[in-house]
Amino acid sequence: MINLLSSNWHAFISGFGWTLLSSVLALFFSLIIGSLFAILEVVPSKILRIIGNVYVEVFRNIPLLVITMFFYLVIPLYVVKINGFTAGTIGLTIYTSAFIAETVRAGINSVDIGQMEAARSQGMTFWQAMRYIVLPQAFKYVIPPLGNQFVNLVKNSSVLAFVAGFDLMYQGNAIASQTFETVNTYIIVGLFYLVITLPISYYMQHLERKLA
Amino acid sequence: MSMIEFRDVQKYYGNFHALKDVNLKIDKGETVVLIGPSGSGKSTLARTVNGLETIQEGQLIVNGHDIADKTTDINLIRKDVGMVFQHFNLYANKDVLENIMLAPRIILKLDEEENKKQAMNLLDQVGLADKAHNMPSQISGGQKQRVAIARSLAMKPRCMLFDEPTSALDPEMIDDVLNVIKYVTNQGDMTSLIVTHEMGFAQEVANRVIFMDQGQILEDEPTDKFYNHPENERARQFLSKIIKH
Repeated sequence: MINLLSSNWHAFISGFGWTLLSSVLALFFSLIIGSLFAILEVVPSKILRIIGNVYVEVFRNIPLLVITMFFYLVIPLYVVKINGFTAGTIGLTIYTSAFIAETVRAGINSVDIGQMEAARSQGMTFWQAMRYIVLPQAFKYVIPPLGNQFVNLVKNSSVLAFVAGFDLMYQGNAIASQTFETVNTYIIVGLFYLVITLPISYYMQHLERKLA
Repeated sequence: MSMIEFRDVQKYYGNFHALKDVNLKIDKGETVVLIGPSGSGKSTLARTVNGLETIQEGQLIVNGHDIADKTTDINLIRKDVGMVFQHFNLYANKDVLENIMLAPRIILKLDEEENKKQAMNLLDQVGLADKAHNMPSQISGGQKQRVAIARSLAMKPRCMLFDEPTSALDPEMIDDVLNVIKYVTNQGDMTSLIVTHEMGFAQEVANRVIFMDQGQILEDEPTDKFYNHPENERARQFLSKIIKH
């Protein structure tokens, strides 16, 4: 296994790099997009709530692979040429953002309604109340489930292998088919995923304890 | 001049008629106590005054603005109308001092130093200056309610709404809170509307007592008259039951 690792070191590391990059980008953007749609789902305006709801329900209930294929095949055809990595990362971002939206919305709803009422009764706008009072409390509730979403996101980034995203899974497939060391290759790939996901898990647990 | 005026106000929750033909005028500087059985609409009435509950028909003029008018900026009214809740609703993510300073900072754009001075001053008035840096979860119910009152006063309101301010408190905490409320109602020309079950306290602070049942105002009398000869039969019943204890 050491031999396999050292003779394919370059491929593994480059796959690891693309997986990490895709995960970080998707994490960053899905957190922003997800939080925005979560807020849309709780605003007073009915139209905005419907928009938020439709977005979440559509992207949460379509397989990640289908969303990714859509961006890989359809967008280049009609809009702009994008490579597998970009298409995969966009698919991953949008898919994950729907789950993050649901998670954050649940967090917002678990903040006592009295907090919003007190803020509004003092003359704060809905957005001020959200920003200063409700969201900071919601994020505390949301950290454990959000950690799960982040770990899922990293694992789901293996979808890039299907759209030639050159990620860890893609490199693993290539190495396995070249060397015929299938089992060992996928064990190494699995270990590389752990290198990313375990620190996230531990960091989230740490954050949870710190804020509790 | 009136601070709060209800004109033929109707409020529904779906099919439930929560406020029926409410007509009520509260003058500047008056202290009005609102009593009645649970579910009679007292809290609902108080919550319409700052727009936490909307009304379906009629007019509700607060501090010269019609709340029912869609073009009225509700936030302009709210900053002049303080509200104290049954469950305190202190901002759980802010310490005591920050609870008081937040709204004056972001709404009134009060200078930070002045804001802090005012907040400490208010905490002093409610006897909690030593709790400035505690989180709400670290103080008792009675202390929370006094902080909540200080938080409302920090906006320099012209009118205060107290929605069952002592109903969630341990009996021994109630007096401290009532004393603070009494102090507040006596300040300048503060207008106060108090929903409460504390009949002794009501008799002491109120200029007028209003009795509500089933969404209607059944009695609206000067305090002495109300306690001695309530005209309405339902109010008499209610009073006799409550005073007995």
